[in-house]
Amino acid sequence: MSINATLLGQILVFAALVWFTMKFIWPQLLDAMDQRNKEIADGLEAAAQGRSELDAAQERIEKLVSDARGRASEIIDQANGRAARIVEEAREEGERERLRLVASAHSEIERETSQARDELREQVAALAIAGAEKILQREIDARAHGDMLQRFAARI
Amino acid sequence: MAAESGGGGSAAYIEHHLTNLQAGEGFWTFHIDSLFYSVLLGVLFAGSFYFAARKATAGVPGRWQSFVEMLVDFVNTQVKDAYHGPSKLVAPLALTIFCWVFLMNFMDLVPVDLLPRIGELMGIEYMKVVPSTDVNITFGLSITVFFLIIVFSIRAKGFGGFGREILFKPFGKWLVPFNVTLKVVEELAKPMSLALRLFGNLYAGELIFILIALFTLGETLSSLVTSAAVFSFVVQFVLGLAWALFHILVITLQAFIFMMLTILYLSMASEEH
Repeated sequence: MSINATLLGQILVFAALVWFTMKFIWPQLLDAMDQRNKEIADGLEAAAQGRSELDAAQERIEKLVSDARGRASEIIDQANGRAARIVEEAREEGERERLRLVASAHSEIERETSQARDELREQVAALAIAGAEKILQREIDARAHGDMLQRFAARI
Repeated sequence: MAAESGGGGSAAYIEHHLTNLQAGEGFWTFHIDSLFYSVLLGVLFAGSFYFAARKATAGVPGRWQSFVEMLVDFVNTQVKDAYHGPSKLVAPLALTIFCWVFLMNFMDLVPVDLLPRIGELMGIEYMKVVPSTDVNITFGLSITVFFLIIVFSIRAKGFGGFGREILFKPFGKWLVPFNVTLKVVEELAKPMSLALRLFGNLYAGELIFILIALFTLGETLSSLVTSAAVFSFVVQFVLGLAWALFHILVITLQAFIFMMLTILYLSMASEEH
């Protein structure tokens, strides 16, 4: 158990090993690890950003949907209102038409009534004249008394 | 029991297990087995990590890359917590120390006779397979760290600053010799404690594995018919298992302590006082 030249050999081997590790092992491994750490950090950051973007998009979608829903119900309200108005207008139109028809029917009836009355009156006058002719025989000149009889018939 | 059947045998067995395969004379002796396994494990570490580093992608990592990155991240965290200097050397140094020392310690969990017996069959007489049970190996590590401590100190404070620190801290200019003695002891204690702590733990651990192996020393499969032999075998198995499980903790802890203290020493060296 004596100190001898083995010591020197070991020192040389040790120095060579440390040099080799420092040159060819340590930096390469550390670089790879650092780079991977950076990539992982970047990936996590990107994921967080993506998530926040997704949240924002979700919010935007919800807003759009609720806007559209609001507008749709507005349109439906408008349409309902217009339909009601159209129905109301049609009803009014129909009422007016009915009144017009009724009025025209009334006037027709009146006209026909007065026409019938006129005819009746003429016939009555003629009947009266014929009756009077029969009663008075020749005394009544149709031409002379026609006017009078006509006026009489008009009073009936 | 094996120890009773051949007292000299067990002593020789232990002696054999604690002897390095050597080459050279005097100081210029090399422990070939320690250096061989040290280099082998160093190459295993560097090669396998280089394999991960070369193909390292920022994309989805494979299993090996994940494992390597886990270690790198672990070491990086320790270094960032303890060392605030500018050096790009400390973190790779810490990683190398942790993995290499762990692998060298791990050789302790390989059955004590497996590799030496294979070596014997190949004609290699002695083989110590755990490099960190060799003081040369642990001092090789800690002296390099010591050298780096001095370099870091000079770089952080300049020659003048470092010199003043040696001469005048902590008791001012009237007690210069005392200051110098204190500083030298303080600095030398660092590599000494680093090396001896690792060596001591692993040497003791190895020794206990060897002692546990003595239970069935000299037994063969055919001699496993007597109840005493079976009993020895069971005891060896239970003790070996318990010690191995505990040792998993020890070898990891020792690797971690060596790495952590290195970081702390270098951190202290680069701080202004």
